[in-house]
Amino acid sequence: MKWQMKTLALAAAMAVAGSAFAQAKKDEKKEEDKISGGVVKIGVLNDQSSLYADLGGQGSVLAVKMAIADFNAAKNGLKVEVIFADHQNKPDVGSQIASKWIDSEGVDMIIDTPNSGVALAVNQVVRDKKKVFINSGAASSDLTGAKCSPNTIHWTYDTWMLANGTGSAIVKNGGDTWFFLTADYAFGHALERDTEAVVLKNGGKVLGKVRHPLNTQDFSSFLLQAQSSKAKIVGLANAGGDTSNSIKQAAEFGIVKGGQNLAGLLVFLTDVHALGLEKAQGLIFTETFYWDQNDASRAFTKRFAAANGGKYPTMVHAGVYAGTLHYLKAVAALKSDDGTDVVAQMKKTPTDDPLFGKGTIRADGRKIHPAYLFEVKKPSESKGPYDYYKLKATIPADQAFRPLKDGGCELVK
Amino acid sequence: MANETPGLDQRDVAFDAKFFRYGFLAMMVFFIAVPFVNQAAGRDLIYLVFLMKVLCFGLFACAFNLLLGYGGLLSFGHAMFLGMAGYFSAHLAKVGLQFDQVTLFKVSIPLSVHLPPFSTELAILVSTAATGVLGLLVGLLAIRRQGIYFAMITLALAQMIFFYCLQAPFTGGEDGIQSVPRGKLLGMIDLTNNTAMYYFVLAVFTFGFLLIYRTVHSPFGQVLKAIKENEPRAISLGYQTERYKLLAFVLSATLAGLAGATKAIVFQLASLTDVHWSMSGEVVLMTLLGGMGTIFGPVAGSFVIMAMENYLSNLGAWVTITQGIVFVICVLAFRRGIVGELEALLRRRLTFRQFLFEVFAFRHHKRARDKKRG
Repeated sequence: MKWQMKTLALAAAMAVAGSAFAQAKKDEKKEEDKISGGVVKIGVLNDQSSLYADLGGQGSVLAVKMAIADFNAAKNGLKVEVIFADHQNKPDVGSQIASKWIDSEGVDMIIDTPNSGVALAVNQVVRDKKKVFINSGAASSDLTGAKCSPNTIHWTYDTWMLANGTGSAIVKNGGDTWFFLTADYAFGHALERDTEAVVLKNGGKVLGKVRHPLNTQDFSSFLLQAQSSKAKIVGLANAGGDTSNSIKQAAEFGIVKGGQNLAGLLVFLTDVHALGLEKAQGLIFTETFYWDQNDASRAFTKRFAAANGGKYPTMVHAGVYAGTLHYLKAVAALKSDDGTDVVAQMKKTPTDDPLFGKGTIRADGRKIHPAYLFEVKKPSESKGPYDYYKLKATIPADQAFRPLKDGGCELVK
Repeated sequence: MANETPGLDQRDVAFDAKFFRYGFLAMMVFFIAVPFVNQAAGRDLIYLVFLMKVLCFGLFACAFNLLLGYGGLLSFGHAMFLGMAGYFSAHLAKVGLQFDQVTLFKVSIPLSVHLPPFSTELAILVSTAATGVLGLLVGLLAIRRQGIYFAMITLALAQMIFFYCLQAPFTGGEDGIQSVPRGKLLGMIDLTNNTAMYYFVLAVFTFGFLLIYRTVHSPFGQVLKAIKENEPRAISLGYQTERYKLLAFVLSATLAGLAGATKAIVFQLASLTDVHWSMSGEVVLMTLLGGMGTIFGPVAGSFVIMAMENYLSNLGAWVTITQGIVFVICVLAFRRGIVGELEALLRRRLTFRQFLFEVFAFRHHKRARDKKRG
């Protein structure tokens, strides 16, 4: 075993020498031209094969391509490329792809990235490497709070906005007694806590709450408690499969037909589509974009659906489109794709796009626009494909998101 | 698969030593050379963060293989060691140890500990040791049963750990622990530099790898093999098999912990992915794909699986389907795993032409099948 020990010693020596050598070597690369590599490279990093694939996935890649076409990049003297990857909902995979993209493939901006764990990991990588991260798919309000970054913009929605919008708007519309069905882990607890605070603040009452384990198949005992509480609103402080399952089983128990309403805290157009109107009718929730809002959104949707196999855009897709558009405008104005400068420029100029209208980006990276409280239509009210929502209330832009001073972001002084 | 591994008497000791020597040399040359080749090429031919991941998972799979390939114990809960070590080292490196009281079964004991964030190497060492203790506790319960019951007990305990991590405040739930500082090695070498970090990970891997090789070829390893082949016989020879199995389990858990702790520092995060049961399944796949019971197999398996996860990620929705097809092909064509098949081919000392013929004609499979039929 003597040679083995020698090899081990050699390996250790190599490791130390190599590390020292690498440290001594300074990164000498300095960007010559203002647009690095002569190309603005956009990387769509999201879930392409699992639970978020429908609300983001290839649709987000399409949205980026549409934004590039609409911006008319060539006329503005920009060459723009798009690449994409599947982060498989693993933070380490997401972090690795992001750093590889930036280090060796010249990616200037990363967009979309649902799944809060992955989004926070990418947030850190992009910050360290001083590029741009525009998040549309993730919910965590930490992205513009405790973990805010001068290189990140959070576009579409966040947990604070969902809890606040749904909670306050429903109470104002008469839904003043609540019962919470909460997934028993940090995310569920946070949603429940935030929503409960808003409900109480607006004069509502919480009649009871029940915690269910993550990934529950059978909600019957929880739903019976909700039913017997006689609360007007059953708040679903859960996500993904738990939300779908609880909505399906609530339909079987006739909760909505019995006069109670379900309030979903994290529901997307694709979820409603998958559930069908029969099961989802009467569900109330908050979103920031719906395809049937105005002529511009309908025109966008027509083009989008034609290229996306007939599937309509979610608010995540809309956020990806609008974010890319605003990013390209900033790059063209600066004639540079330096990450920190571009984000500063994006915050400085007001946003204007066909999907979210006029808006602003705050110092903490939060994009500000109105939010809407929707109710899912009855099957008899729906006139065509994807005609699912009716508008119940509009939450004005200045009230939709967490006040700047409450986020605890270090960029706000 | 057990009946395909040669018995102790058939083992060609000289061949094994030669195979290991050249294999190890080739592996080390490859891993040491990559950063230099990248630098010479002026671009990242193989991205270092990817290789660090291969090394971390390689060590994890080697630790798992020590238990499965040499001890015959299929643990289906090894993710708990990888993941918990990740949480420990991420927390220690970021926050340190800060608490005022310890609550055990709703009884609070006032115990004030305030330690500042640990240095990188200390965080890794402490969390590896802590994982060893966890391995001891789990092992004490699990090794009392064999086969499927052993797998089920480890899976159940791993699920307990998963739900603990999901709810415990210090793990950050599904956000995980993020922005962990990489720090400085021994206060001198800045690990934020990828190349420096890479050589550090390589050194950790080499240490773990050689430790496993040494263990397998020690008298202890031989007893472990005897237990795998025939446990009642080992008992009748006077060995207290449970002690051997427990020691192997603790060693495997500790090395899995070393891999997890290092990985958390590399990626600067610890997340639920690493404690999820699917990670326990992934390590079984890595080991089987590379070659169960071969010393290099798990490293090869880790390389293949990480390469698929990484380089196929731009296939979009096709990534999982492609992975499935590759697995099916490997299971059908390389029953002994990649390294297992290679070793079996080399062992027969074929000429180069025969070698090519065998590789492309798959004759050895036919022969093995004929032999089985008698």
